[in-house]
Parts: sequence; C-alpha cells; structure tokens
Amino acid sequence: MLPERMINLLILGLLLAVPLVALAMDEPFIITLATKAAVLAVAGVGLNLALGQGGLVSFGHAAYFGVGGYAMGILASHAQSYTPLMEAPFLIEGTKSMLVIWLVAIVASALVALLVGALSLRTSGVYFIMVTLAFGQMLYYFAISWPAYGGEDGLSIYVRNGFPGLNTLDPIQFFGLCFAVLLIVLFAVNLLNKSPFGLALNGAHQNEERARTVGINVYRLRLTAFVISGAITGLAGALFADLNRFVSPTMFSWQTSGEIMVFIILGGVARLCGPVAGAAVYILLEHVLGGLSEYWHIYLGAILLFVVLFAKGGLVGGLSRREVRHAG
Amino acid sequence: MPGEVILDVRDLHKSFGALKASDGISLNLRAGEIHALIGPNGAGKSTLIKQIAGGLKPDRGAVHFMGRDVSALSVAQRAHAGLARTFQISALAMEYTVMENAVLGAIGQSGRTFGFFRPAMKDRALLDSAAAALERVGLTEHASTITSELSHGQRRQLEVAVALTLAPKAFLMDEPMAGMGAEGSRELTGFLQDLKHQAPILLVEHDMDAVFALADRISVLVYGKIIATGSVDEIRSNADVKTAYLGEEDAA
Amino acid sequence: MSIILLIEQILNGLQFGVMLFLMAAGLTLIFGVMGLINLAHGSLYMIGAFAAAAGAAATGSFVLGLIAALTSAALFGALIELTVIRRLYARDHLDQVLATFALILIFSEATRWVFGSFPLFLDTPAFLSGTVTLPGGILYSKYRLAIILIGLAVAVGLFLLISRTRVGMRIRAGENDREMIGALGVDISVLYTMVFALGAALAGLSGALVGAIQSVEVGMGEPVLILAFVVIVIGGIGSIKGALAGAILVGLTDTLGRTLLPVLFASFMDPSAATTVGSALASMLIYILMAGVLLFKPTGLFGSA
Repeated sequence: MLPERMINLLILGLLLAVPLVALAMDEPFIITLATKAAVLAVAGVGLNLALGQGGLVSFGHAAYFGVGGYAMGILASHAQSYTPLMEAPFLIEGTKSMLVIWLVAIVASALVALLVGALSLRTSGVYFIMVTLAFGQMLYYFAISWPAYGGEDGLSIYVRNGFPGLNTLDPIQFFGLCFAVLLIVLFAVNLLNKSPFGLALNGAHQNEERARTVGINVYRLRLTAFVISGAITGLAGALFADLNRFVSPTMFSWQTSGEIMVFIILGGVARLCGPVAGAAVYILLEHVLGGLSEYWHIYLGAILLFVVLFAKGGLVGGLSRREVRHAG
Repeated sequence: MPGEVILDVRDLHKSFGALKASDGISLNLRAGEIHALIGPNGAGKSTLIKQIAGGLKPDRGAVHFMGRDVSALSVAQRAHAGLARTFQISALAMEYTVMENAVLGAIGQSGRTFGFFRPAMKDRALLDSAAAALERVGLTEHASTITSELSHGQRRQLEVAVALTLAPKAFLMDEPMAGMGAEGSRELTGFLQDLKHQAPILLVEHDMDAVFALADRISVLVYGKIIATGSVDEIRSNADVKTAYLGEEDAA
Repeated sequence: MSIILLIEQILNGLQFGVMLFLMAAGLTLIFGVMGLINLAHGSLYMIGAFAAAAGAAATGSFVLGLIAALTSAALFGALIELTVIRRLYARDHLDQVLATFALILIFSEATRWVFGSFPLFLDTPAFLSGTVTLPGGILYSKYRLAIILIGLAVAVGLFLLISRTRVGMRIRAGENDREMIGALGVDISVLYTMVFALGAALAGLSGALVGAIQSVEVGMGEPVLILAFVVIVIGGIGSIKGALAGAILVGLTDTLGRTLLPVLFASFMDPSAATTVGSALASMLIYILMAGVLLFKPTGLFGSA
C-alpha cells in the first residue's frame, strides 16, 4: 500500500510517459489517446470537486462540458467563416486563439453552473440528481434544435485553434498543452481541497447540520463549489472540442454525464488523481475492449457494477494505504 | 442570581396539523446560569430547541438573543451571533480528526469559509482557536484521532469543544448526559458547572440527578406548555410538576 | 389554429402525459417504498417495447405482444431486483445511480446484440386502427384514445391498490418507516421485489403502448426516464397523485408548447425564424416549468418537506 502522493505521481508520470514513448515509436494515434485521457481527466477533476468533496451528485455535468465545447465551436466557426457573432449593439468577432476561447468557455460554463446550481441546490438528495439530469437534457435538446451551429449534426472546425509559441497541430505539442492544463487544474483543486473552503465543503458533506450550527451558509458554499466545478468541466469541453475539431449536442447528453461519473468512480471518488486514473482506464478499455467487440459497453457496465458493489475505492483506493483523507 | 437576560423566548406557538407542539412557550436564559428544561417524552422539547436554534419557524412568537430579535435569522446566522448548540446524537464530521472538527467550528466562527488559498490545517488563527477549545474539554491528546473512533463520552466532549470555538454567548445543550455512565456524567456535571460562567446554558435533560445537581433554574414542559419555572427546591415541591412528571418517575 | 386541431393536440398531450404517468408512478413507488433511485427504469420501458414487438411479430397478435411486454418487464425487473438492486438499498444515492447506470449500459448493448441496431416495428392492432368520432365531430385516433383510457384505468387501479388493499397498506407503511415494517414481521424482501416488479411492469406497458406509435429502438427509454424525473420533481416524490398531476401537466405543456409556440412567434417573426425559435423554446419548456416549480415549491406540488 502506497501513500497517496506517490500514487498521484505515478499516475501522472505514466500519463506523461506513454505519449513520449509513443513519440519515439512514431505512433501519433497513441499520443492522441493520451491527450483524450488528459482532457477527460480535467472534466472529471471538475466534477469531483462537486461530487467527491461536496457530495453533490450532479448527473448533468455534461451541460458544462457542452457549453465549453460550444464556446469553442461558436467562436472558431465565426473566425473560420470571417463573419462576426454579432454586430449590434457591439461588435463580437470570432477567434481562433485558445486563450481567449478558454476564458470564454470558463466564464460561460460558470454562468450556466450558477443558474443551474442556484435552482438545483434548493433541493437535495434524489431531487438534486433528477434536476441536474433534467437541466443537462434541456441543453441537449436546445443544442439539437438550434440550427445555426449544426443542430443535430454538429459543427466541424477545420483547423485547430492557436496557442502562442506552439504548433498546436503537432500531436505531442497539443498533448503537452493539455497535460499542462491538467497539472494546473490539479494544483488549484488541491489547494482548494486543503483550504478552509474545502474543509467546510467536505465537512458539510459529512454532516450538513454540523456545518450549519457552526455558522456556515451551506447553500452559498455549495453553490460556489458547483460553479467552480462547472467552470473546470467547461474548460475540458473546450479542449475536447479542439481535440476532435468537432462539437455536437452529444457533448450535452446524459451518456456523457454518465461517462464523466464513470471516470471518477473507476479512479476513486474524492481522490485528487482519481479522475486521471479513471479517464486513462476508460480510454484503455474503450480502445482494447472496443477493438474486441462492438458491444464493449456490456463489459464496461459489468466492470462499473463490480466496482460500485465491491471495490468502492476505485483504483486509487485499492492502491492507497489509507481511507480518503481530506484536509490533512 | 439575577443576571442579564441573554436568551429570551417569547410566546412561541407551533402546530403540526392538529398537534400543538408549542403552545405559547416563554422562558429566558440569564447570564451565569444553567436553566434546565425537563418534561416527559413527547412534551415538545426538541421542537422548542429547533425553534430557538433556527431550524424550525414558529407559527407565532419570537426569539430574542443578546437583545436582538433573531426570529428571522437562519441556523448559521444565529450560530454566528454566538448561539452554540450541542446535539443529543452527535452531529460531527465522522471522517475528520478531532482537530479537523474543531477547526471546522473555528472556520464557521471566523466567517472565513471562502478562504481558498492557504491550507486550513496550517492556519495559525484557526489552529489556536481549535486547540484552545480542545484543551478546555481535555481532548488535546486525541487531536489526531478520527472522530468515528472516539468513545461516546469523547464525542460529547468534542461536541462541546466545537461549540466553544464559536465564542459562544449561550449554549443550547440537548441531553448531553445521554448514554454516559456514572463516571462520565459526574465529570460532565463538574465541567458544565464551570462552563456556565463562560456562557449560560439552556439544558434539555432527562437525567434528574444531573438536573438537580446543575440547574440554577428549572422549567417544566408538558404537552407544549411550561407548567412551572423555578429553583430546584421550588420545582421539587411543586404539586403539578410531581403529578405530571416526577410522579411518573416514582412509579417507574 | 382551429379549435379542432387544438383539441386534438390537447388529447395528444393527455396521451403523452398518461404514458409518462406509468413511468413516473413506478419510479415514485420504488423511491417511496425502498428509497432507491432507479436509472434502469428506462431499460425496462425499452424491454417492454421490444418484447411487445417480438411477441406481436411471432404470434400476429397485439394483445399477446402486450402480455409478453408485461411479463418480460416484470420478470427482468424481479431479476435485477434480486441480483443487483437489493444490494443497493443500504447504499447512498451515488452508488444507486452508478449501479443502475451500469445496468443501462448492459441492457442497451445486450438488446442491440440480440435485435441489431435497426428499429423494430410494432403495428397498432387492427381492432384499434382508424379513428373514432368524438362529441363535437372531432376525429381522433382510436389507438391513442385507447391509450388514454388504459392509462387512466391503471391510475385508478393503482389508487385502489394503494389505498384499499393489504398490499397497498404495507406499501404505505413501508413508505413511512422502512425499519418498522420489517420489525412488524412483514416480509420486506418479498414486498420489495413485488413493488419493483410492479414498477417495471408499468414501465414495460408504457413502452409497449408507445412502441406502436413511435419506433422501437435501443435507447428509447432514457429520454422518457428523464421526462419522468421532471414529472416527479414537479409533482413531488412518493406521491402517486403528484405523479399523475405532474405527468398530465408535463404532457400538455410539451405537446401544446410545440404546437402553439411557433404559431405565437409567427405573429411577429417571419415563418422560418418563428419555427426555429418556437421549437427551440418548446423543447426547453417543460424544464423551464420545472425550474419554476423549484423556485416556489422545491419539494414539488404534492410533495412533503
């Protein structure tokens, strides 16, 4: 059994090593897979803040993934067609700069999370799960029925967006960029978890009444966590859209929400690098099992069922030497 | 011993359908005293405590604390004002260590819930406040123990410690003696006698030995109404109280 | 917009609502009695539809297909209750969500494996084809009218079951205090399996009935499941009355919204923009309704705090 810090380093180290080895062996496809794992890991880290730390079972986090993705899609498509988004009351043009797109993705998904969270957090328990699922679905249907950005067919972006100083079309450079984003997000979330905010959030998760009776405004606390969580997942959406150079309403779907949850569970709920391990395992399963059978989801379902029923701690939990630690 | 009125409950009414749980309850808590609230099961004690703490809205009536009308304030806001509550069934974050639970109290009190950047467990101010509270209740050597591993009595102590981190102006204690053996009850009794000088205590309790040993005043709640308020001797010799409550004890 | 068209849409809304009720009633019963949130309910809906299609195709009889739907759904329901679900009662909601999500994956892919990726077809029965003339000279599909009547009959049946029978009493007692009825000697595990199978049968019935007017395909259940969740949030969990009220409200709002909103927008926008904006807004309407209920009554219209 290993200390969690070492497990985290191992996971991140592996995630970094695989594409480097693939580069040496000239297998760009594997680099792309690793990039996909890194991006999905960011989405999972986002959800884990609300879910693992806060105990907020949001089954509609794909909403923010989609918002981030479409932020990229809309901005980039306007840039590539040289038409502005709007001309009055003020001019907004498209852009293909990743930094700008990321900023817009983060702000937009934070706003949507604020709206959804403000309403959803008025409920708890099962209601909360159902409501978040419903709002995710609402955005899905909206994306399908709004024809301007592809509707059901989605939107293709022909050229990857630009980042200063990098050739983003080069797989290893794009991987490096996504990996760096993942590291930054992990660092920030780790700080958050150890801060008074994180202690209060997890404390409220363990015993809501206790948090209230020490003077903590639990609603505001959770709403803040929810917004930050949505913003991180939104950033992942923008990266994902850039990876595939394609956005579609599927990014909003309940299946996507479910997948993000699956990463977290496979890796270990409330573990910092749980989503990273989980996303990597998921990509591996998709690639390996998917190659064996068209119906690989049956195996995924069986594995998920097994983990939920018998191996609750996930991968990180299984390797770690102690129970989930919070602030210490 | 007349002290300043810290907590003033004025004519609380609360019905659940046809059941009148609180039927015009008025009582107050003065500085330096332990005011015990006793009554048979089903008398409406927990409903009353919930209304005082802020978790339940009365149909009519008001709660005044430190001279302010706090009737519109939430549980969290009243806790901030210095109303500290302990629970009959421990309400603690079971996966946290003793120290972490105490720090949680300090965080709530300081209002720095939205501190994002510095680690909570390395924050001097929070740690000092938490450590002082743990010292006061005698849990310092268990600071790193996981709360779920504490004994029943130790969890009680931790509850009081967390209440202490709130810089309390009054304590609302719900059956702190419940589940404690004779030794534990004695220790806790001594502790509370000392604690009342820091902030007065409104004590809901069934353990009559503790009540008679601790209380400066006693109020008797029966079917949602206070039928008597007075000193230990006055209550002991009150005929109505005997029939309604102590009579049941004798028969038992 | 003619009155006749409006009435027809109202009836369609009722029909949609009544089918949602069958889903929501099962879900709310299962949650009320067992405290379990079941995402696999959509799979049971799908199984009902596939069983009906397969059964009708094999025997040529719609009614036999329906019976196949009810039995298959109930059997599968009982099966997953005995193997998976009963391990989840003591677990937290996250575990229940994940485990039943896993079941969705398994059922969806297994169905695709057995039946292939193309939709199946279920024909409406001959004796219900064509239209019927309603008071006022309105022509309405006989089959859809039958669905409305069946759904309402099931609603009445459920009310009677819950309020008049001993089983219903146990269900209501179970909703109030799960530990207590175990202590009273009622065989909890049998009760739970029965309640789950009942909920499953209702879902399967709904799937089968709808399968004749829409296509029978993998994944048809989940959108309905999510709508049923909206119904429950609006109506209040644990309440059959709430499920019925919520379902009718959702059914009418959605159907009428899709018909009327584009018309409304056409009065001040050009037709193509009106259709676009109108249908986009219509697709979000029931969620907006749900948001409204959340603002004013977070526990639902008939829910308890």
